[in-house]
Parts: sequence; structure tokens; C-alpha cells
Amino acid sequence: MESSSSKITDEIRAEASRLLSSGEVAAFLGFVPGSLPMTVRPFVARSSEDAARLVWNSFCVMNLANYLPEVLKSVEPPRGPGDPEPEGPLPRVGVLATGCWSRNMVVQIQENRIQRDRVVILGISSRGMVDRKKVLARLGGREALKVEEQDHSLLVSGRAFNEEIPRWEVVRDNCRSCVHPDPVIWDIMIGERAGDRQNANRFAQVEEIESLAPEERWAWFQEEISSCIRCYACRNACPLCYCPTCFVDDSRPQWVGKSIEPVDTAIFHILRAYHCAGRCTDCGACESACPMGIRMRLFTKKLEKDVLEMYGAEAGMDPETPLPLSTFSPDDPQDFIVTGQESPKSTGDEAGRSGEVSQS
Amino acid sequence: METKKWEPRIVAFLCNWCSYAGADLAGVSRYQYPPSLRIIRVPCSGRVSANMVLDALKSGADGVLVSGCHPGDCHYISGNMYARRRLALLKSLLEFIGIEPERFNVSWISASEGKQFAEVAREVTEKVRALGPARHLVKDF
Repeated sequence: MESSSSKITDEIRAEASRLLSSGEVAAFLGFVPGSLPMTVRPFVARSSEDAARLVWNSFCVMNLANYLPEVLKSVEPPRGPGDPEPEGPLPRVGVLATGCWSRNMVVQIQENRIQRDRVVILGISSRGMVDRKKVLARLGGREALKVEEQDHSLLVSGRAFNEEIPRWEVVRDNCRSCVHPDPVIWDIMIGERAGDRQNANRFAQVEEIESLAPEERWAWFQEEISSCIRCYACRNACPLCYCPTCFVDDSRPQWVGKSIEPVDTAIFHILRAYHCAGRCTDCGACESACPMGIRMRLFTKKLEKDVLEMYGAEAGMDPETPLPLSTFSPDDPQDFIVTGQESPKSTGDEAGRSGEVSQS
Repeated sequence: METKKWEPRIVAFLCNWCSYAGADLAGVSRYQYPPSLRIIRVPCSGRVSANMVLDALKSGADGVLVSGCHPGDCHYISGNMYARRRLALLKSLLEFIGIEPERFNVSWISASEGKQFAEVAREVTEKVRALGPARHLVKDF
């Protein structure tokens, strides 16, 4: 039986080859197999021969929106800083997009990173991507030499073992709690649209942490980031992180120290998540890129929950509406504002307090 | 030997147009308030980024206060409205990872509210005093 992924692969190859050979796009951004089982590599196809190498499977964990602005730039005719804009339309680029990636592209359109008319989006309804680390954990140190994908299971084989793993059990956390698997913007749809998923309580992981006591939450946070080696793979994998100079690289003022001291690591993770507030689509690329298995997605997920609860907005659902943090409403919640009404009115409170201490 | 009594240190980012003038008025009007604030004048509450707040906490502040004009009164029309969204999210995120929410405070003080400024300063100081010295994000240099 042909699996749905291999069917999609065939369709992608056919469409990419058609787009490239007709000259409709100058380049096509997709994936080719990686050097290890369960890995893929982002790949820019520039001819129909290249397009025949493209693949689609459950291990496409990287977010293609991250590479799109650079690929768009690479197909433009070269010009210096003062040169005039080239005449006529600029070359276009084809790209694959699942629900979250297409929402990232919407954010990129809102932030003027890409132009909608320069991208040809091949939309794919995502079935959820597999977390390679979850599979490796199940194998317990045995090396997987070959992983075959079926619709509902993975057939893992290595030296002297064969194992069948139910697919859904090793799907990434963000995909398991996803509610928008379908692309928001697309030009050509590959396969059927699945429609929004209804049943998932997508913030269950966040609510679990919220229910802890403050000290337990701090302990959880410290434990979660304790293995961080500050390689910034999470930042580099993220389509939202494109500042020419990242705050971690600033030296005057130096917001974050260069060491792996826990405080610096904590501030890095707080600010990295915070900078994605109202823009993050929970694509999970940061977590998949992390070599240490840190679940930094939970921090951005918390912000996603707050933005939805306080401002009723979800990132990248509509190119016409502004991003939640680049707009405001006069009646935004502000119950956290300090008014001074709870302060002790008398100025002689010092004496009062020291009296209390001596009584206890 | 008697050790010196601990007093909270609070970094206060006050906007140039309202809150800074409000603090000035509190002084001119001789309202008493605790000497725990270290005031930094910023052009607008919208200028205050999360980087600055965390930098203050990292550098040893026990609490942070951000104060701007009342909504609708911003000198730059809407700077404080953007700030309100951003600071609300920052406060929530800090609470989520286990920082006491009382350490991070936001208030609206107009240039005519000297008395209210003194009250906010007192309330924030007392809240931070009750928590004791900051421990979580302080870096020993």
C-alpha cells in the first residue's frame, strides 16, 4: 500500500517540476532526505531534475518559512545599495507550507519580510511531524538504521531488531495539540484539507505548569533550562528571529552574559520567548532543533495562551489584521495596574511593623 | 554587631511627560514616600522593553516599577497603549516561570498626581519588602 506521505511526495515533485520548467518560479524550497534516518534537509531546487529529489515525510520538522526571505533574495538580480529597483516583476519562489508554516508566512507578510505575490505556496494539510527524540528514546540506545513510514506506524529496523512504533505516540507535542493543520494561505493545495481539529485542549501542558506553586514553577524552569549550552539553535531555527543583531550578541549594553551561568541562560530563554509573543505559531522548530531536548516551546505556548485570552488574537491567521502587539484596544485588560490604593496611608508604618515582629 | 536593615531597591522607569513630572510634584509638595526608588527617566512607557526590566532584575533590583501616562493621555498618542499589552504579557510570563508577580509593577501616574505617586511608591515598596531580597534572576558580578 502506498502511504499518504509518498503520494504527497509524488505530487510535490510533479508540481515543483512543472513550476520550475515553466519558469513560473525561479527556485523551489522543499526537503531532501538527510544523511541519517528520520532527518531531512531543507533544499532549494532550481531545475526540474532537482525537483525529482524532493521528499515529504513525517520528519519535516524544520520550518521552511525560516529560509524563504533568503531564497527570495537569492533569486533577485544582484544590485548595490544605491542601485534602482529592477524593472518588471521579480522572480518568484515556490515553497511548501503546512498550517503553522503558512501562518509564519502570513506573519512575514505582515512584517514586510516577504511579498505575497512573489511566493507560490504549495499547501499541505499536516498530519503532525514525528519527534525524532521520542523515537530514539523508545529504542533505548539501539541504533536505527532504517525507518520506514506507514500511515499509522513507523517500522524501525537496525542490527538484529525490528520494531513497529505507533505513529501518533511519537508525534511532536506541538503537533499533538495543534488545531490548525491546514494552510491559511496557499496557491496550490496538495491532498485534501483536513479542517480544524476540535478536541485538543491545546494548552494542557501550560495549564499543568500554571497549577504549580511559584517556587515549584521556578524549580521547573531552572530544571528545564539547566542543560542549555546556549548554542542558539532554537533562535536560528525560528522564522521569527531575524534581527540583524540579536539581543544576545549585543555587547553595549550587554543584556545577556556570554557565560552559561544559570541567570544568563534564564534571561536568554525569557527574552527569546518574549520576542515571539503574538507572532509564534507553535511550529515547534525551536524544540526540534534543540540538541539538549529543552522544551522551550512551553514558554512561547504560555504567551500564545495569554494573547488569545487577553486580546482574542492568534498569530498569522489573517494577513489583513495587524499583529496583536502592533495594535491595541482602548479597553485592553489592565487589572495588573498598581494604583497605590492598597498602600498604608500613615507614614508611621515603620513603628507599626516593628511592633508586629516583636509580638510574633 | 548590628547589621544594616535591608531596604528594597526598586528601579522605576518613569515616562518623561507624566510620571516623572508626577514624581517631581510629589517632591515639591513634600509628600513622604520610602526612599527605595531608583528613578530612570524614559521618553515614554512604550520605550521600556523587556530587556530593560530583566537587566534591572539581573543587576540586583528587588523590584521594578514602570509608570506612564494614563491611557489616552500619552504624549505620543498611543505609546502607553502598546506598552500596556507588552507589559501585561511580560508580567504574566515572569509569573509563569516562578518570579513573584509583585516584583514587577506597572502604574499610570499623571503629572498632577504627586500624592498618588507617593502612594504607589509606598505600595510597591511594601509589597517588595514583604517578599524580601530578590533571589531568582540576580547575577553576582
